[in-house]
Amino acid sequence: MINIKEMVVVSGKGGTGKTSLTGALSFLFRNKVIADCDVDAANLHMILNIDKVLLTKEFLGGKKARIAPERCTDCGKCRDVCLYDAISEDFVVDTVSCEGCGACHFLCPAGAVDFDERLSGHCYICSTGDNGRFVFAEMIPGEENSGKLVAMVRNEAREEAKKTGNELILIDGPPGIGCPVISSLTGTHLAVIVTEPTPTGAHDLKRIVELTNHFQIRTAVAVNKSDINASYVREAQQFCKDNSLVYLGEIPYEPKITEAQKEAKTILDFAPHCAASGAIREIHTKLQSILEEL
Amino acid sequence: MSKVQYTNDKGLKMMQNMNIAFASGKGGTGKTTIAVNLAYFLAHSGQHVQYLDCDVEEPNGHIFLKPKIDKSTPANVLVPVIDQDKCTSCGECSSHCQFNALVTLPNNVLLFPELCHGCGLCIHICPERAIRDGDREIGLIEMGTATEDIDFVHGILNVGEPMAGPLIHEVKRHYKENHIRIIDAPPGTSCPVVKTIFDADVVVMVTEPTPFGLHDLKIAVSVAKNLGKPIGIVINRQNGEFPPLEEYLSKNDLPVIMALPEDREIARHYSTGDIILKSLPVYTEQFMELVFNIGRLLGKAQCR
Repeated sequence: MINIKEMVVVSGKGGTGKTSLTGALSFLFRNKVIADCDVDAANLHMILNIDKVLLTKEFLGGKKARIAPERCTDCGKCRDVCLYDAISEDFVVDTVSCEGCGACHFLCPAGAVDFDERLSGHCYICSTGDNGRFVFAEMIPGEENSGKLVAMVRNEAREEAKKTGNELILIDGPPGIGCPVISSLTGTHLAVIVTEPTPTGAHDLKRIVELTNHFQIRTAVAVNKSDINASYVREAQQFCKDNSLVYLGEIPYEPKITEAQKEAKTILDFAPHCAASGAIREIHTKLQSILEEL
Repeated sequence: MSKVQYTNDKGLKMMQNMNIAFASGKGGTGKTTIAVNLAYFLAHSGQHVQYLDCDVEEPNGHIFLKPKIDKSTPANVLVPVIDQDKCTSCGECSSHCQFNALVTLPNNVLLFPELCHGCGLCIHICPERAIRDGDREIGLIEMGTATEDIDFVHGILNVGEPMAGPLIHEVKRHYKENHIRIIDAPPGTSCPVVKTIFDADVVVMVTEPTPFGLHDLKIAVSVAKNLGKPIGIVINRQNGEFPPLEEYLSKNDLPVIMALPEDREIARHYSTGDIILKSLPVYTEQFMELVFNIGRLLGKAQCR
């Protein structure tokens, strides 16, 4: 029985550098499985050294209603019970508004509403150049139930961890604090928050910390692009102190991160000696000792 | 910023009562920056403007527009209330619930409110009529007036609440007539974005010239295209050429309606919560062009 630990990188605000940091950390951690839980807009695979896709799985996100005109008697019951205004006057279901609750299907007296599972995305299990495993997923654009797909990615990652004997799962999370974020966070052992020293960064940091507190997850904070505004860096430090969060340090703004992205590399691979890479190495050392304590 | 007299009156008239949504796919590309500055620009030019922040998970528009909030109302969703005396634990409700929000135990039924989508099916399906509808608060709607008389609405999702959709719906119930409505969408490409842009008259995609930005832009564009929306592209933090983006845009006939350069001054003002146009009026011309181009997109859409 191995003791699997899950570490998730989140941010609240988008574009603070979650994926760049997760990619760089994946370069430094040994014996890990990597999982990209930003299923809306997965990016991590673009900078990892992926060997090949071992397995592709279909994701069925949920059902949607469809009215069969030949069986429909125009009674209007479906329109009465649908709380999402998803059924038009001429009894056509708008798949965008349909929540997939099945009220129309179960309550239609004529049995005219079909209710079938839809393909909503795919989950990929890959091997990486360093003999590790990487799991990511892609939603079909505009589909629902990203939280459920996140759960699938995490399950597959845990299975891979068990199979390969790797004890650490490194998760790249989505932005926000809603359904896919909650699904990425629940039951993990450590949340790493990437913030930026701006008023929006500070605002969103507070909300994501409220969320990790809500789920009682140990939380650590790193400030990215730290040279934009010194006073917000101090504010983040103070905020960590006041809320007993681990302060991991600062990563200076580094234009080479975009250059590395264009070369499909992590910053540690591309520019191992730049200041940002140095800062990430220090963060890695701190994270390693936290993980050992857990 | 000096008072601009905007000359293209026809374009502006066309924008009245229109929904202009800002999306991106990738987070942090500058949706909010462009949206609040456009709202400011239009209001400053004498237009009636409403700004609606549909990024209810992490609303940020208020940081820049600094509205005076004068109304705040809780947003509720339907939740089943089970009369345990009438309940016979028959299991009909839990077996029909598509969201696993109900679990039938030998002596009662348990509800997991965070999983409930508020569809009301269980109320209809219960043979004992033991379930009625109740309310559950998922967040807050705040309304007020911001700088330049901009009508301001945003939703704040309660922390720990997974479902942004119903709150986005609630924000949009506050549309004001005879206003140009600027709608800020959340990042991503799934249901909260679809719920935000489905009634937009034009979708402005704010992107950055990086591989991540382009990858996520493609997904977001396909969402908006599936919904049949006119799309305009704003390239933010432009710094030299990024051929893959240019190739994608020209191949897919996507017009660039504005480009802002990578400018440390913009980043600095952003980091103090300023409206860029107030502190860097040099960018006024770009916003005039943006308005003109949005007007053209709307005009084209009407001709179709």
